[in-house]
Amino acid sequence: MTDFNQAERIQQSLKKRYRAELRFRWYGRLAVGFAMLCLLALFTDIISKGIGAFRTTAISLEVTYDLEQVGVTDLANKDELLYADWDALSKQALRNQFPEVTGRKDKRELYRLVSNATGFELSKALKANPDLVGKTEQIWVLADDDIDTWYKSWLAGNPYEERLTENQIAWLTQLVADQKLNLQFNTRFFTGGDSREPEQAGVRGALMGSLLTLAVTFLLSFPIGIASAIYLEEFAPKNRLTDFIEVNINNLAAVPSIIFGLLGLAIFINFFELPRSAPLIGGLVLSLMTLPTVIITSRAAIKAVPPSIREAAIGLGASQQQVVWHHVLPLAMPGMLTGGIIGMAQALGETAPLLMIGMVAFIVDIPNGVTDPATVLPVQIFLWADSPERAFVEKTSAAIMVLLAFLILMNAAAIYLRKRLEKRW
Amino acid sequence: MTTDANFELTNHKTVGVIETEQAKMKMRNVNIFYGDNQAIHDVSIDIGKNEVLAMIGPSGCGKSTFLRSLNRMNDTVDSCRIEGSVLLDQDDIYHQSMDPVSLRARVGMVFQKPNPFPKSIYDNIVYGPRLHGLVDSKVDMDELVETSLKRAGLWQEVKDRLKSPGTGLSGGQQQRLCIARAIAVQPEVILMDEPCSALDPIATAKIEELIQELSDNYTIAIVTHSMQQAARVSQRTAYFHLGKLIEVNPTEKVFTMPEHQLTEAYITGRFG
Repeated sequence: MTDFNQAERIQQSLKKRYRAELRFRWYGRLAVGFAMLCLLALFTDIISKGIGAFRTTAISLEVTYDLEQVGVTDLANKDELLYADWDALSKQALRNQFPEVTGRKDKRELYRLVSNATGFELSKALKANPDLVGKTEQIWVLADDDIDTWYKSWLAGNPYEERLTENQIAWLTQLVADQKLNLQFNTRFFTGGDSREPEQAGVRGALMGSLLTLAVTFLLSFPIGIASAIYLEEFAPKNRLTDFIEVNINNLAAVPSIIFGLLGLAIFINFFELPRSAPLIGGLVLSLMTLPTVIITSRAAIKAVPPSIREAAIGLGASQQQVVWHHVLPLAMPGMLTGGIIGMAQALGETAPLLMIGMVAFIVDIPNGVTDPATVLPVQIFLWADSPERAFVEKTSAAIMVLLAFLILMNAAAIYLRKRLEKRW
Repeated sequence: MTTDANFELTNHKTVGVIETEQAKMKMRNVNIFYGDNQAIHDVSIDIGKNEVLAMIGPSGCGKSTFLRSLNRMNDTVDSCRIEGSVLLDQDDIYHQSMDPVSLRARVGMVFQKPNPFPKSIYDNIVYGPRLHGLVDSKVDMDELVETSLKRAGLWQEVKDRLKSPGTGLSGGQQQRLCIARAIAVQPEVILMDEPCSALDPIATAKIEELIQELSDNYTIAIVTHSMQQAARVSQRTAYFHLGKLIEVNPTEKVFTMPEHQLTEAYITGRFG
């Protein structure tokens, strides 16, 4: 009788346990599903907003390279080239395109169809190829950002006309009818630096800035972090001092990043007088910020190396340093790399400390070295998101896409490295 | 007869014969401490040349600690402190002129759990000799790998896959690889810390056979939990109890006519 009862009870509790397990699985699935949904929503939003920035509107113009008109007599004279009125070429071409425009005000409206970088572009073409002098060519020139916004919204069936005059809309409609308006791949977005004119703004400067800053961060924080981890884990005596150091490293990992920015401002810029806005300082500050992460994860990776491997090496007569170099380091390397990646990813997305050291400045030139003024991708995103021009909305999303691509590329490289280094035992 | 160990052991002196005629290692009045805890109390014993000495005793009796002190493996434990003298031939291994690295080239060790490096079988063998600069040329290394594996009775099984990872072998093969790795350095003494406890009976039999063959050339100290194993492979047996060396005698005598009542209690299975 008791046996029967016990079996019955086990059966009942078993059902309950299975039900609980099933429930738990569904909670898990729901959580994962919700996370995926959020991610999907985020990506759809960013991509749908930003995809347009990879193409830009161009206007087809018949340009005559007339040196007289720009006021240049000799192409070799640099001063003349510098002060020449290159915009006259595109203005003439626009007047030829619409001969009916005569009034001063109308003409000014007409000139605003093309980007104000057009003259500069034409001068560049001429300098690269002096044979063009006196010739006439049908070429595509960059349209102004208001035109770009209008054309893209017009293509989408919902034209945004607030920033345009009636004349301009009429001319544009004619250009569209003549097939002299189209969308081209926006190379400038990937090759240009920042600009106040959205159609000329590129992400290259920020990308290079991020790359240089991260290079400095990696070169500093990875070797120093691993060296500290190895010393603390393998060589340092266990006493009050090392305990104190350990506690402080853990505390540093929790310090808000803007504090590191202030530290960088006070020490690197004010005391050492290093150049402000430079990737060098950005890298230094971000290394300070990522070092605790790298040290903590590296120490965990070293601790995870099985003691039996250490004993085997010591038993064969390896010195402490040989044990570390031959066995501990290779086995811990995948874990250390993971720590490095987490640190780098953190550094890549960091904005606050960089604001403190001047990497938020408006910088048009593309940095070529770690001491050139630069900005980084997240700061560039912040700057564009803050700009009033409507065309910067899609630029912002596109810059986010570039940042995410950078992040994914970096992580993929690290995962590949880790897989190659991983050994089983 | 009583088995009240604490009462018996307050003023214990090791019974039996601790000396041997040709001592390879001489331990005298060895005390080992972990912090404030004393793990080994006043142990004195010799290990004879080309002899197999078995150390037996219940869990936690300090036999592994004692074994590991013979090639200074305990140096890696910060809290560990040792008193007394341990002589290898005439050299005090704890004297400051003795380098632990060169000591471990002379006194090799095989561990409880097979622990090949995550490298190829070949690299496992040549690791030690390379460390000490014993081999230079490829020919020397090939020869060394072959002789070491042959001595460890593993050559026939692995000669065609020397480049495959040592961790891919079976447990018994891994342990023989570890023995081959230890003898590749040409040590004078080999310490074995329960080398068969993770192995099945067939692999164990192979290792035991190997131990007997190796004792022609090497001096071996083995810690074991299996009394049968001690009886099969060793010439002398030492019985440890609560950090004290109770009895040392020829193996036959220990298992047939133990002098001390604690030894008798242990080998007849009354505790342990």
